[in-house]
Amino acid sequence: MANIISISKLGKTYASGLVALQDIDLDIRRGEIFALLGPNGAGKTTLISVICGIVKPSLGSVFVDGHDILSDYRAARAKIGLVPQELYTDMFETPWATLSFSRGLFGLPPDPAHIERVLRDLSLWNKRNDKIMTLSGGMKRRVLIGKALAHEPEVLFLDEPTAGVDVELRRDMWALVRRLRDNGVTIILTTHYIAEAEEMADRIGVISKGKLILVETKTALMKKLGKKQLTLHLQEPLVAIPPELSDWGLTLNNGGSDLEVSFDASKEHTTIPMLLRRLSELGIGFKDLNTRESSLEDIFVSLVTERK
Amino acid sequence: MNSPTQTLKFNYHAILAIYKFEMARFRRTLWQSIVTPVITTSLYFVVFGAAIGSRMGTIDGVHYGSFIVPGLIMLSLFTESVSNASFGIHMPRFTGTIFEVLSAPVSAFEIVLAYVGAAATKSILLGLIILATADFFVPIHIAHPFWMVGFLLLVASAFSLFGFSVGIWAKGFEQLQFVPMLILTPLTFLGGVFYSIDMLPGAWRTFSLFNPIVYVISGFRWSFYNTADVGVGISLAATLFFFLLCLGLVWLIFRTGYRLKS
Repeated sequence: MANIISISKLGKTYASGLVALQDIDLDIRRGEIFALLGPNGAGKTTLISVICGIVKPSLGSVFVDGHDILSDYRAARAKIGLVPQELYTDMFETPWATLSFSRGLFGLPPDPAHIERVLRDLSLWNKRNDKIMTLSGGMKRRVLIGKALAHEPEVLFLDEPTAGVDVELRRDMWALVRRLRDNGVTIILTTHYIAEAEEMADRIGVISKGKLILVETKTALMKKLGKKQLTLHLQEPLVAIPPELSDWGLTLNNGGSDLEVSFDASKEHTTIPMLLRRLSELGIGFKDLNTRESSLEDIFVSLVTERK
Repeated sequence: MNSPTQTLKFNYHAILAIYKFEMARFRRTLWQSIVTPVITTSLYFVVFGAAIGSRMGTIDGVHYGSFIVPGLIMLSLFTESVSNASFGIHMPRFTGTIFEVLSAPVSAFEIVLAYVGAAATKSILLGLIILATADFFVPIHIAHPFWMVGFLLLVASAFSLFGFSVGIWAKGFEQLQFVPMLILTPLTFLGGVFYSIDMLPGAWRTFSLFNPIVYVISGFRWSFYNTADVGVGISLAATLFFFLLCLGLVWLIFRTGYRLKS
């Protein structure tokens, strides 16, 4: 899959001295959904802002479909649509007018049929002539998405697209993002909701303190860093871990009634049966067991915590 | 998907979009934009033209009521150009919608042309409406229509550029009002709107010559009545100099990204 965005050695230091981005190397593949995760102040929005031309880079280069964002900014920006985190829109305008404005701003002639299609896709057609200030928060966010889609971009940046929206709207938004991807649009989203990345992303990047600390496909990430936890509910509580089991990294919980062990998901077939056989040899019986796979959230928290 | 701006050299669609957006805002606030200045100017005519003007006689052979018309048009042109342009660019900064303009394939020149063009259009329209209003109260003669239009365009553009800079410089609405209210209006009142600076005592006359507004009003009045406080060539040169100064200021703003890009 060809890259639609190529970022090389990108750095951003603000006038205040704050280093927001350091040595970022990242390629975004055409047609993928890429989720950028990171705690507050990690540099997610700065990275997006640099690519979109809102913030000037201090170092490095960014190419959008082969166009340098500085020397060939017109071609680069024409390919990008940006949905900001905040509800930045002109409240006195109507959805129809503001989408038409956005299309013109990006150098395209009026196309009422396209604007109608976007408004219908976003369930805003019936509200096209209402003032934006009269719309609900969810509708305003959809207007922003509509503005970003008005010029038919090839890359869509969604900065915290579902922040503060209800569950139903969040699911609608996810469905919309998938439809856009199916139409060939590359999606880059930042999110605080790990579930969102887990649900939608093809690849995940984790940024912390301005550095990109990891980029992996979601499945590879889950496989590589995902842990499983096995809990054995013992027939008889143990006072302490028997010395014969000291090498297994077991922990006793729930007053000695639960024996827990974490293991690499990819190695489960080799370690767990051995453990169970060893317990049997030692006469330690269990009445029940359950396993839990670590979520992307666990992985994210552990990655970011390691960096602190 | 579409990306026709790949080869775009001049984004006239964007200029048109911003221009139309600004003019739509003008239409939404028609009362504030047109009616208020017209009422204010009419009151000037009632007070200065009829009540006081009847005791003033003529200045340089021009009836006082007619004499103040060019100055009143300029007064509105200055304040409206600055207000419109400063508000036009400050509002997107204030609401955050500026992100869209900054992330669009639009050059600094195109952005300025659209915002300043819209602000200048509005103030020129207003100037012409005030001219028509004045015609109801006093006889008006335009000796040099070409120069009158030329001054109108140049002054509206220069002050709109100035207003654009103010809109970017201002951190809030208080600062936005600071320049028009506390700098521009006093300079305009002292710049010969209601009198010829030849009527002032010697020292004050010399002092007035440091006020750039004097040159602008004098030049514009010359285009009406063929009479001026300073030579029309000097007036034109001073107005052009101010225009270029404002243009340079705006260029510097975009070059450095001052208060637009971090």
